[in-house]
Amino acid sequence: MAPPEAVPQAPEAAASTASPVLEARSVSKRFPGVVALDDVSFSLRAGETHALVGENGAGKSTLIKVLTGVYRPDGGDLRMAGRPVRFARPFEAQQAGISTIYQEVNLVPLMSVARNIFLGREPRNRFGLIDFARMHRETTELLDGFGVRVDPRRPLHTLGIGTQQMVALARAVSVNAQVVIMDEPTSSLEPREVETLFRVIENLRGQGIAVLYVSHRMDELYRICDRVTVLRDGRHIHTGDLADLDRMQLVSMMLGRDMAEVRRSGVTSFAAEGHEAARTPVLTATGLSSRHHLHDVSLSLYAGEVLGLGGLLGSGRSETAKALSGALHLDAGELTVDGTALNRLTPAAAIRAGISLLPEDRKAEGIVPGLSVRENIVLAAMPRLSRAGVVSRAKQDRIVDIFMKRLRIKASSPEQKVGELSGGNQQKVLLARWLCLEPKVLLLDEPTRGIDVGAKAEVQSLIDDLAREGLAVLLISSDIEELIEGADRIVVLRGGAVAGELAGDDVAEDRLLEVLADHAPAPEDKSPAAQEDPR
Amino acid sequence: MTQAAVSPPVEPAQPAEPGKPARSTGPLARLRDPAWYQEYGVYVAVAVVLLFNALFTDHFMTADNFRTQLVQVAPIVIVALGMALVIGTEGVDLSVGSTMALAAAFLPLYLGYGLVPALVVSLLAGAVVGAVNGTLVSLIGLQPIVATLALFVGGRGLALVMADGQLKQIVNPDLLSLGTGSFLGVPLVVWIAGVLAVAVAFLVQRTTFGRQIVAVGGNRSAAALAGLPVKRVLIGVYVLCGVLAALAGVLATARLTASDPSSLGTLMELSAITAVVVGGTPLNGGSIRVLGTVAGALLMQLLRATLVKHDLPDSTAQIAQAAIIIAAVYVARERRSR
Repeated sequence: MAPPEAVPQAPEAAASTASPVLEARSVSKRFPGVVALDDVSFSLRAGETHALVGENGAGKSTLIKVLTGVYRPDGGDLRMAGRPVRFARPFEAQQAGISTIYQEVNLVPLMSVARNIFLGREPRNRFGLIDFARMHRETTELLDGFGVRVDPRRPLHTLGIGTQQMVALARAVSVNAQVVIMDEPTSSLEPREVETLFRVIENLRGQGIAVLYVSHRMDELYRICDRVTVLRDGRHIHTGDLADLDRMQLVSMMLGRDMAEVRRSGVTSFAAEGHEAARTPVLTATGLSSRHHLHDVSLSLYAGEVLGLGGLLGSGRSETAKALSGALHLDAGELTVDGTALNRLTPAAAIRAGISLLPEDRKAEGIVPGLSVRENIVLAAMPRLSRAGVVSRAKQDRIVDIFMKRLRIKASSPEQKVGELSGGNQQKVLLARWLCLEPKVLLLDEPTRGIDVGAKAEVQSLIDDLAREGLAVLLISSDIEELIEGADRIVVLRGGAVAGELAGDDVAEDRLLEVLADHAPAPEDKSPAAQEDPR
Repeated sequence: MTQAAVSPPVEPAQPAEPGKPARSTGPLARLRDPAWYQEYGVYVAVAVVLLFNALFTDHFMTADNFRTQLVQVAPIVIVALGMALVIGTEGVDLSVGSTMALAAAFLPLYLGYGLVPALVVSLLAGAVVGAVNGTLVSLIGLQPIVATLALFVGGRGLALVMADGQLKQIVNPDLLSLGTGSFLGVPLVVWIAGVLAVAVAFLVQRTTFGRQIVAVGGNRSAAALAGLPVKRVLIGVYVLCGVLAALAGVLATARLTASDPSSLGTLMELSAITAVVVGGTPLNGGSIRVLGTVAGALLMQLLRATLVKHDLPDSTAQIAQAAIIIAAVYVARERRSR
């Protein structure tokens, strides 16, 4: 797919309409083993709200970090108002007029609102001391402009997250910003706070300030953004007016799927035919709700099937898997395994009931890097392998041997430290950790992300085998092909709620893209009603 | 550029696949590997100190001197064993010295009922201190250094209140013989420390609880997701550490022939942490080196004895110990950044 708009904005063309306040030309950034940004060009015009979208690994974060001086690009250059600039440190980018608001508020929680806004540039009185009266007055005026009424003396941490974000925004704008970068600003906001944020953005637009808006929420993008830039796998895919694209087209570009030429050649290692699923569900979840994460998610999982869990980044896929394994605090909802309700939901209880979760973040939540392959495999099974609290080495070795052979784990010996293995082998060690518990339900969150092609194929065919042996498998994957070919049925999530379910012949790329993109409302529809109902 | 700036960003979905290159082997490569020093450096150092003394110090390599050194180091070893477990969970226990004092304060109060009841009460006091520490850390979520600081201060205060602020002579013959007795020519306190070292090593290496301690220290969220009883493990570790410290307090009291809650165990927390760190246990958890801890305590003891025997002031010994600590931490740092 090569849309004509994919050509980077030529400088003269851009200058003719509105000159770009900030421009990145052929920027590249490499990390050991990864090209995070590959020849990406991008420009931001004064007074526009520009959406930056892409899935995991697209390079959004890296691009933002290059623009804000956190990273120095390996190739290409940055220009502000046509003049080349170089930022050695984030501070220099701020000085040049680029302000950033991160997902998590990065202010000083224990300081007052006013201190936070004027941090590092406090007004002084004639004795050289901080002029608190003036600081508080100006803070109040500034926040009034944002529709936020709050005592400037209050410590920041006593405010709600939304208000804290407004303070961060006020600070960003008050430092004479020309560009404001917002990285998922609404991820922790209430709907009312989102409205305030949008008013503020309108306000910035009026002042000629450019906003770079990063979000996964389609409705927000279509409501407030003028143009959009799509990144994928570190490459620039498209820049153009958002009004010219419908949601389907946008999602297709983000995921790299062209609906006109959907390939079904069997790129993945899943068998072509589906699985024979049982009639009664082994796992039933009803009304799972967790503030900011999940809203009334219900699903059933049958023995012998692979249930795909689809959705864009931030749609609540991982949270659902966590909830099913007792690792996410739930405000409401019920889990039933084989007809018995689990009353106390903890990971240990879920494991006892036969539910195992392969977490998304292998390093942070999966492996214990300093322990050996053997110990990582038996970690969860230890109580079953011990008598009177003493772990039987013979039993361990037997299980480890079985799984290292079955999953073809490549390690110099079972005693090699897991931290020294490749990503694919680490993932197999984690799979072995769960499989040796002989679970009824296996929840796999991005099981093939970041592992090499060979290991990927092995993991995929293993999933197939497990389902055939009667395991109920929940598969989360950002890889559309993997999801379509691996799953017998797909539940699609959006905004933490179930958006639809695909079964039978509907398990196909075009149908999935339609549900992902929420094709029902037209992109022109910018009414608030198009917003997702959080309930 | 710093290490942090080179590390891959959060976003890319395809991190470097081939993993780390295989560590080169062979005797020479090993000597350049900081990990080797972290694991075995302490034993080499102990051997070097012994060799030095064999060559240059009179009356050092004698049974009498070794007996003295081992008796002196035994309480430190016992406390350091518990400390090693706590540090293995990415924690630290500052209250061990105060726990020793508390155990010492309880002893004379219950010795009237005999040695065993007094011993049980003292060890229970240690268990309670540990349970409080563990609860503050695991259930309330305080940082270990802050949580145990509370009983570092309060424990000794309580001990002084219990003892009316007084030093009490110990006359109970059973307890005194615990401090001075020998078995097969080896002092009882050394036997006790040795047996405990073996027991703790077994606990760490072979038991479910021991492996869970290491897993919780190595990656707490992974351990929690794997259904490990993280909170119970943490409380258990602090209780063990408290009991071991209390036992060390009892033995030290027996050696002193007096219960001295005002000064017993002062700075013990630092000696214990030093022994653990010098022994090669990383402060960021996930690995516990029991034998290394024993060797670490021994190294510090021998180093000091060596310098004292060469008529150097105690302050010189402190400087030498500081150098060893820095070396141990340096070696650990090298390893972590790889």
